[in-house]
Amino acid sequence: MLRIKTPKSLRAKRELEKRAPKLVERGKKTLILHGTKTSNTLNAVLTEIYHLKKDNAVKYSRRNDNIRPFESGGETSLEFYSLKTDCSLFVYGSHSKKRPDNLVIGRTYDHHIYDLVEIGVENFKSMSSCSYDKKLAPLIGSKPFFAFIGEGFENVEELKHLKEVLLDLFRGQVVSNLNLAGLDRVYVCTAVSSNKVLFTHCALRLKKSGTVVPRVELVEVGPSMDLVVRRHRLPDEGLKKEAHKVPHELIKKKEKNVSKDAIAGKIGKIYVPDQQVGSASLPFTPKGVKRERREAKAKGEDKKHAEKKQK
Amino acid sequence: MGEEHQIDLGNLTAFDPHHQFSSLPDNREDLVKECIAHGTKLIQAVADALFNLPSTEDASGPVVPLPPPSTKLPREKPLPKPKPPTKWELFAKKKGIQNKKRDKLVFDEQTGSWKRRYGYDRVNDDNDIPIIEAKMTDEPGVDPFAKRRSDKKERVNKQEKNRLYNLKEAAKVGALPSHVQLAATALPITGTQTAPRKVSKDELQNVAGMAATSTASGGKFDKKLAGEKPPKHEKKYRKFLPVVEGSGMGSLEKQQSDKILNKLMAKNSHEIFNVGKAVDMYNAKSDKKRRNQQGKSSSTSSKLKVKKSPYKNASKKKPTSKGKSK
Repeated sequence: MLRIKTPKSLRAKRELEKRAPKLVERGKKTLILHGTKTSNTLNAVLTEIYHLKKDNAVKYSRRNDNIRPFESGGETSLEFYSLKTDCSLFVYGSHSKKRPDNLVIGRTYDHHIYDLVEIGVENFKSMSSCSYDKKLAPLIGSKPFFAFIGEGFENVEELKHLKEVLLDLFRGQVVSNLNLAGLDRVYVCTAVSSNKVLFTHCALRLKKSGTVVPRVELVEVGPSMDLVVRRHRLPDEGLKKEAHKVPHELIKKKEKNVSKDAIAGKIGKIYVPDQQVGSASLPFTPKGVKRERREAKAKGEDKKHAEKKQK
Repeated sequence: MGEEHQIDLGNLTAFDPHHQFSSLPDNREDLVKECIAHGTKLIQAVADALFNLPSTEDASGPVVPLPPPSTKLPREKPLPKPKPPTKWELFAKKKGIQNKKRDKLVFDEQTGSWKRRYGYDRVNDDNDIPIIEAKMTDEPGVDPFAKRRSDKKERVNKQEKNRLYNLKEAAKVGALPSHVQLAATALPITGTQTAPRKVSKDELQNVAGMAATSTASGGKFDKKLAGEKPPKHEKKYRKFLPVVEGSGMGSLEKQQSDKILNKLMAKNSHEIFNVGKAVDMYNAKSDKKRRNQQGKSSSTSSKLKVKKSPYKNASKKKPTSKGKSK
């Protein structure tokens, strides 16, 4: 009555395995789409974000009328797209009189909406309008630096949330080994007021300095915009806990009884359990010296042990 | 402006939580410049920490082992659940059977060459055995080759059953392997085995209409959903004649009473005249007559002669018109 369905081709199998949940996750993919109406600036913003994340983003070009992220029923389409494209981040742009140049950045957990943050875009400056030396242009897929300036990012709820979302959106894959030659971009976010953040993308130039550490120079290249936080929805407490779970295998085990000493280097303590040399049963009992044995038997067991130790 | 940068090396991030914009510069460009300048300081701090890590030389540049990120960001998918042990694994554990790695090639004594352990041209292929020696335990009438084949089939089926069982156990826990799906081929058997018939749109509409008209008001005041068509017969099934109407050919009262009377008469009279049938019979007969070219006397039954109905002329007209069409 139950039939086992397996993919018919190896390629399909590989795709399914890529999408399966893993202990250590790959980088998150982003879905960029827009709603019923968009303005020119919003179109430019969406295309620029797509170009910044060309490697791991999917951009939909048609308009989607039935997506309303903040309403309870309007998320089903988003969840379906997230499932189909295997994207766990989405950027939804729309424009209306009440909320002009609106961007909703959201994250999904297990293809269900985890949290949302709605921001308005003002003073947008696109990549093409910045003039810079073309040799500095950052490559696609390079790991960026981040700088978050402002006390708002610590105190204000919404800005904290926005910081987390921006970090998630632009950071790329988590790597354990980094090639220092490939560092070329920086995202600078400044909390100008309690609901406004200046976001700008700069290229990095490393200049020779005396020491191993090069001198850092930032050149504004990319899009820069003012983000005004409008609404946001924080995740459920339970869901948040579940999403932040770290698998048991990845928690680094504390090495016990090992310490480092400046002089001796690595020192370890070994605890040896009490061996009880006397009462251990030996595999070979010397059967020679019969007379001594006879005598020992007559005198008692203790004497026998004493003689053996002396040997 | 106590600048105490928090650095998250895993994410290459620097936080400055103490900076305050006491006075915003009016010009946007100045503001941007100030932000970038500040950003540079922060990034310099991160770069300091980064370049001081022990690096190994690689073809494309120095490679540095990054520590894991300190800001916790949520996962995108739930943690994979550990697979429950399969039936074989449980048995092997109990018995202490270790998994021995076997070679792909096995030496075949018969041909003196290395053959595969399984697959095309394998060692000890079941189909290649020409002679099977009879054992004392064998029954006389049993075909040993067929027996081997059926044994193998049984073994394969048993293995499939076990595989399905293992997958079901895994699916219960939620640890089904990512490329496998379990699909139900048939509905579970309940009392009767009839599968529910799929009802079509028209049928549903009919049933809805019937339910509506069975109400006292004939379904007139029922709230209709969007997309539901108006009922075919809107009012109740009653027809009243108009109060004032003249007599004559079209008068409804006369027609109504005529209808009733004719029915009554027809019931009581033993002659029931089927006009259509009579016409057809006549036509068939006349055709036959014409074909055979025999002066067949039209055996006009009494039925035909006794024509009291007012449709006499009509019946006469019909055969002639048919004749003309020929």
